[in-house]
Amino acid sequence: MQDYISEITGSDLIAFIAGTVPPLAFMVVFTLFAVWLERKVSAHMQDRLGPMRVGYHGALQTLADFLKLLQKEDIVAAAADRPLFNIAPYLVFVGTFLAYAMLPFTSIYIGSSADVGIFFILAVSGFVVAGLLMAGWGSNNKYSLYGAMRSAAQIVSYEIPTALVVLTMLMFYGTMSLGEISLQQTDMMWNWGILGGPLTGIAKFLIIPFIFVAFILLFISSLAETNRTPFDLPESESELVAGFSTEYSGVKFAMFFLAEFANMFLVSAVLVVFFFGGYQSPFGYLGNLFGIEWLVPIEQTFWFIIKGLFFVFVQMWLRWTLPRVRVDQLMTICWKYLIPYAFINLLIVGLILLI
Amino acid sequence: MIKNYLKNTWDGLYTILIGMKVTWKHLFVPAVTIQYPEERVPMVERARNRLFVNINDCIGCGQCATACPVDCIDIETVKSVPPDDLGLTSNGKKKMLWVTKFDIDIAKCCFCQLCVFPCPTECIQMTDVYEFSEFKRDELVYHFANLSDGEIKEKQDNFEKFQAEKEAQKLAAAKAKAEAAAKKAAEEKEKNEQSSSENETEKPEEE
Repeated sequence: MQDYISEITGSDLIAFIAGTVPPLAFMVVFTLFAVWLERKVSAHMQDRLGPMRVGYHGALQTLADFLKLLQKEDIVAAAADRPLFNIAPYLVFVGTFLAYAMLPFTSIYIGSSADVGIFFILAVSGFVVAGLLMAGWGSNNKYSLYGAMRSAAQIVSYEIPTALVVLTMLMFYGTMSLGEISLQQTDMMWNWGILGGPLTGIAKFLIIPFIFVAFILLFISSLAETNRTPFDLPESESELVAGFSTEYSGVKFAMFFLAEFANMFLVSAVLVVFFFGGYQSPFGYLGNLFGIEWLVPIEQTFWFIIKGLFFVFVQMWLRWTLPRVRVDQLMTICWKYLIPYAFINLLIVGLILLI
Repeated sequence: MIKNYLKNTWDGLYTILIGMKVTWKHLFVPAVTIQYPEERVPMVERARNRLFVNINDCIGCGQCATACPVDCIDIETVKSVPPDDLGLTSNGKKKMLWVTKFDIDIAKCCFCQLCVFPCPTECIQMTDVYEFSEFKRDELVYHFANLSDGEIKEKQDNFEKFQAEKEAQKLAAAKAKAEAAAKKAAEEKEKNEQSSSENETEKPEEE
């Protein structure tokens, strides 16, 4: 994308900005929408109405909240470690934002053309842990520190099943670039990863159950990596006030919030790319049908965001269904269930792919 | 052991699906809450909320103030003087007193409704108004008396004047009486003196 724009405009700077701004704009708009969606979904699941005052059914509520947050005083506690405290939210945000560089929104737009793709996403997601630890330590508050330690322990241990499942899928597709993976699932729904992907013949049918297991495993571990309920121990309100974000206010708090919701979409997008065809439409494109070429990327963006939003919705749905797990249960799920299953799944998928 | 492990896995996933089914159903259940300031739950009949006094019907008997267990009603009255006609209450009782002060401190009120029953004219009542918070506690003291300060003063002066006149009349009457008595006594005395000589002769008759 960036190379293409720099060829057209002849300026690296414009190409750089044009390549960076869309994901940022998307993140902000998505966060505004997702916070509203979360509140509405939670409200309706509890037979309430949720925000109703600002705009149609409270649609502008998040915008109002965001404007309020911007006006708030930026408080730094006297005993806080100022440099760490101040830089932590931006580090968390940047870690999440960097990962967006690898997401293929359409066939023609992808932030970076690097081939490392999913590997890069896993790496910079690990970078977020450093930000959370800095926030917890810098706050000089026992609850913040507890939250940060739990978060670090959780994210680091759930990276193992995530990496194992990702490894399975990399074996399956044979490439690390998310754009390439999406490209392999082109055409119709039965080419999507969850339905056997680009394989043909008997192997396609043999592999479907194991791909499904991989999907469940990746979904659970990505849920844990985004610190969502039932794995929201790092910021469990009832125990730790607000975890690592206890001492934050104003813009810095908004940064944490933005990163959290952007991360939700990120893991959903990774799921979509691996199992649900990425930006591919489930049935042909209108643009191809009517011969309007520029419509295809718009449709692709639409499908990518719709699929991503569906998984964001499922995450919210789970949040209001399940209670929080205990710390020992968290570790049991990871080490006793997810990792053995991921290993066995990796072996079986490998064997099937040898056929 | 491996059987148990697989069963745990299955149970874990299956029960999550059951829970998700429950929450999915609730997503479409209509909200049980209402949008409060626009919609309200109707108050039940005989709900006890803010007190209201129809001062035009009040005869100033003060029975409500006596009944109040927390002394939140404060009534002061001035008697009317003969030429004043206060009219009748809506249920036909004659009003005799000017109600110069009828204050209810709703902050003290315990909403027992005991003040409502003794009222002979049914002028003090519980209404269904339940939103009357104020920023200052003083504003929770409701003044129901509708006489202005000037009018109150006038009524008091009238009454005092009337009282003074009455007193004067009384005094005059007493004086007149005393004078009359004195006169009578003097007459008696004279008579006595006159008859004293006669008495001497008529004494046996008198006895």
